[in-house]
Order: sequence, then C-alpha cells, then structure tokens
Amino acid sequence: MPKPSRLSRFNVASLSLGLAFLYLPILILVIYSFNASRLVTVWGGWSMRWYHEFFNDRAMIDAAWMSLRVGATSATVATVLGTLAAVALSRGQGFRGRMLFSGMLYAPLVMPEVITGLSLLLLFVALDAERGFWTVTIAHTTLTMCFVAVVVQSRLVSLDRSLEEAAMDLGCDPLRAFVMVTLPLIAPAVVAGWLLAFTLSLDDLVIASFTTGPGSATLPIRIYSEVRLGVKPEINAICTLVIGLIAVVIVIASLASKLSSDRGESAAPL
Amino acid sequence: MSARRIFSRPARFAAIAPYVWMVLFFLVPFAFVAKISLSQTAIAQPPYTPVFSLAEGWSSLSEAFAALSLDNFRLLLSDDLYLASYLRSVIVALTSTAILLLIGYPIAYGMARLPKRWQGIAMMLVIIPFWTSFLIRIYAWVNILQHDGLLNQILLALHLVSTPVVWLSTDSAMYVGIVYSYLPFMILPLFATLTKLEPALEEAAADLGATPREIFWLVTFPLSLPGVGAGALLCFIPIVGEFVIPDLLAGSKSLMIGQTLWLEFFTNKDWPVASSIAVVLLAVLLLPLLLYDRLQRRQLEESR
Repeated sequence: MPKPSRLSRFNVASLSLGLAFLYLPILILVIYSFNASRLVTVWGGWSMRWYHEFFNDRAMIDAAWMSLRVGATSATVATVLGTLAAVALSRGQGFRGRMLFSGMLYAPLVMPEVITGLSLLLLFVALDAERGFWTVTIAHTTLTMCFVAVVVQSRLVSLDRSLEEAAMDLGCDPLRAFVMVTLPLIAPAVVAGWLLAFTLSLDDLVIASFTTGPGSATLPIRIYSEVRLGVKPEINAICTLVIGLIAVVIVIASLASKLSSDRGESAAPL
Repeated sequence: MSARRIFSRPARFAAIAPYVWMVLFFLVPFAFVAKISLSQTAIAQPPYTPVFSLAEGWSSLSEAFAALSLDNFRLLLSDDLYLASYLRSVIVALTSTAILLLIGYPIAYGMARLPKRWQGIAMMLVIIPFWTSFLIRIYAWVNILQHDGLLNQILLALHLVSTPVVWLSTDSAMYVGIVYSYLPFMILPLFATLTKLEPALEEAAADLGATPREIFWLVTFPLSLPGVGAGALLCFIPIVGEFVIPDLLAGSKSLMIGQTLWLEFFTNKDWPVASSIAVVLLAVLLLPLLLYDRLQRRQLEESR
C-alpha cells in the first residue's frame, strides 16, 4: 500500500500562495525593466533602452562601483573575523567574556540599523576619520561578520570533531590540525559566508547613509534618492542587474553548500 | 589529556581579533551615543557641544561632565510627537509580528510536512528573497501599488473598483511591505523547530484517538513555541526601528521612530536629539534583545 501523503490541501495552498507572494513582485519588476515605454505602467514592447540609460549614467555607475568595492573588501575582512569568531564560539570552551562575546555577535543581527548606523557615525566623527569608502567598509564589516559567524558556526557544530582529534593524535599541533583538517571541511560554509556578507553589504541603505561622506554614495543610496522622486524605468533596469548578480551569487553559494554536505558525508566514515 | 582540551585552548585565541573589533566598533560607539545624547545642540560641525577628547586629560573630563544635560530627554518627554512615534513603532511591530505569524506558520508547517528531498528546495526558495536586496523588494511594491500601478490596473480591468484606489502612502501598503520583507525571518525558525519534532508524537496522539485538529493544538503547536518565540523576536526587534519600509510605502502623517530619528539627524541636523532617541529606543528594545540573546545561546548549547 502506498504511504498516504502527509500533505493536506491546506498545506499545498499555503505553500504555493506563500511562494507566489514572495516571488511575483520581483518577477514583475524584472519584466517591467524591459518595457520600452517611458510610462512605467504602460507596456510598450520589449526593449533594452533603460539598460543603455543606466550604462550612460555616470553617477549611477560610480555608485555601483563604490558598492562593489565596499562589498568585496568588507566581505573579505568580515569572513576572516567571522570565521575566527565561529571557531572561538564552537571550539573554545568557557573563556573569559564569552557571554559578552556571543552577545556582541548576535545583537547586530536584529539591532535596528538606524542605531548601528548612528552609533558608528558618532565614533567616526569622534575619531575625526574622513568619511567615505573606509568608514562604510568598516561599518559593513561590523554588521556582516556576525552573519558569517552564524553561518560558519552552524557548520562547525555539525562537524565530526573526531577528525580534528585524530589529526592531533597523529602528531599535528592544533594550528596545523585546523588548517589541514578543519578549514578544508568548513571551506564551503566560509565561501557561503563571504557571499552572504557581500550581498548584505550591496543591499544596505541605512548604515551606509549614516557612515558615508559627501561624494561617495553607494548604489542603494543613489537608488533610494531616485525612488523618493518617483518610479523611474531606469531604476527597474538597475534593480534587475543587481538581482541578476545576486542570482549568480546564490547559485555559487548553493553549489558550495552542496559540496559541503557531500564532503561531510564522505568524510564521516573515515 | 584529550585532544579536545588541547584544541580548545588555541581556539580561544581565535576570539581575540573579532573580540577587539566588536568592542571597538559595536560596543564603544554606544558610549558615544549615550554621551552625545547628553550634549547640547550647536550650530557647528559636528553639530553638538561639548566635544570632549581623552587627549585633553582628566580635568576636561570633569568639565565635560558638568556640561552634560538631560535636556534632550526632557524634550522627548514633553513633545507628544516623540511619544506618538515610539507608540506607533511598537504597535506597528506588534501588529506586523502577529500577521507574520498567521501567514508564516501555515507556510512553515506545509514545508515541514513536505517529503525530505523537497524540504531543501522549499527552504532554498524561502531564503533566496532574503538574499535579494531589501530596498529593491520594497521598490518592487512601489511599482505595483502606485496610482496607475499593476494592482489598480487589474482591479479596474476586473471591474472590482471603478476608480483607482490609493494604495501607496497608506498603512496597508506599509504592512504589505513589512510582511513581504520579514516573512523569511518568521518562516525559517518556525520551520527549523517544526522539522525537529518527532513524528511519532503526532502518530501516538492519533493512535490515542485525537482528531487532526486536536493533534495540532495539543501536540504540534505547543512543541513549536520556541520557534514561534524566535521568529517573533527576529521580526519584532528590527521592525520597531524600521526606516525604509514606512518611508517609502506609508504616508507621512505619523512617523515611526526610525523615521523620526532619521529626520532629526539628516534634516534637522540635531545629533543630540537623534542620539537620545536612539538611547530610548535601545532601552525599549533591551528586554526583547536579552530574550533573543538567551534563546540564541540556548540553541547553541543544545547543538554542541
């Protein structure tokens, strides 16, 4: 007798409605970015017009370039710091200030961005730091390293510890055991952490608005100031490009995490 | 001595760099917020007095303390605008969290009942929007909800309304935006709790004669409460301080506290008042933040 499905009609309906709700608005945005008409709501046939407009918009290109640089730099620093934090949280037992440490790593995940942004700005002003690329990068690193720590930590916790212990029983010192055994095993999670940090940085409006200086607007800051003036078809095109970039990032990240689980399984019987 | 113990000692050293970073760029900045919230507004750059620097030594410190004032907090209390702002933020956050729970729970429940290999795909589909830009997703709704937007076109075409409905700059638009943006944050912790539930428990309840409805309310739902708590906190805390969504989708008649802070800072250039708004906001959020921290830590200890 075939096993009866556990899914009720209600389950199916809520799942499909939920997913439609999550995806339809993005889909509509992407479709309208190819609209030839200047009026956002009138369909004038397919066109690449707004993409041309974007690539000729010097200020937008500058902002996009700034965002990409901030994203790449802050994601790299955040990945190093976040991975270290994850190792300390999952492997270092009971060190002094552990409570404060984990609290500081979890709080930024939910802290309203206006508070984080304002507080960092006041610090930079007090330090008399010139606001621009580096202040935004530091701010984004602070936020995103917490996400990296969470992603890497969940991988570390599920990792079979006997692998590291075996390496040390065979004469590795802890550092060597970490570099030779642990790091390759958590590498996919580290990659996923970097990608998440990168997209979060690319996305942030509030913290960047507080911490940037004149003349160095990021892409979300530019988009926001345009959107406040009303819907412009060019913005649809930019948003579609960003969505495309993020889609590529997600594919890489999911490949990495697939690799991660495959490797975890093959490594376990050893 | 076990290898585990040996490994744990150098692992602690890994904490040093991120620890220093977080103290410097997360903890210390709060001290500056607290300090400037006690300062006077000035027309200068930066727009506040007194400026104190540790370089001037301890004598200036006592002077600086003497110059501190509670004026900004008195202002927050005396002007109804601020109280109304805080109140609105908490009410909006509570309402949104309730809606999110009502919408998110059935979705998470449906996901948890999918066959194992479909669960991964469903989870992926819920996570992807979380990766996609927040601002872009709100903007997508501006497209749909504006006066001659898609929603009004559809409603007009179906003859459900005779004139375009004003959606944008209303509270309903804001709630749609909030629910849309935070739905993954509600679904994921719920799903995580629901998948961990032992199916044998539900089967046992069924064997003992419980109806599906009884099984859900007497077994499944009570056991999923940790997930409900995590999801609710994960949504409630950031929504209270939300800026982008109410700014782009809600009207400007009544502001949420994130908008008021933004206005004081960027438009009025009143940094001390903006700082004191942040201090009070933090105080409002302290209890939920501590709850959230405890929940996170318990989860970490359980998975170790």
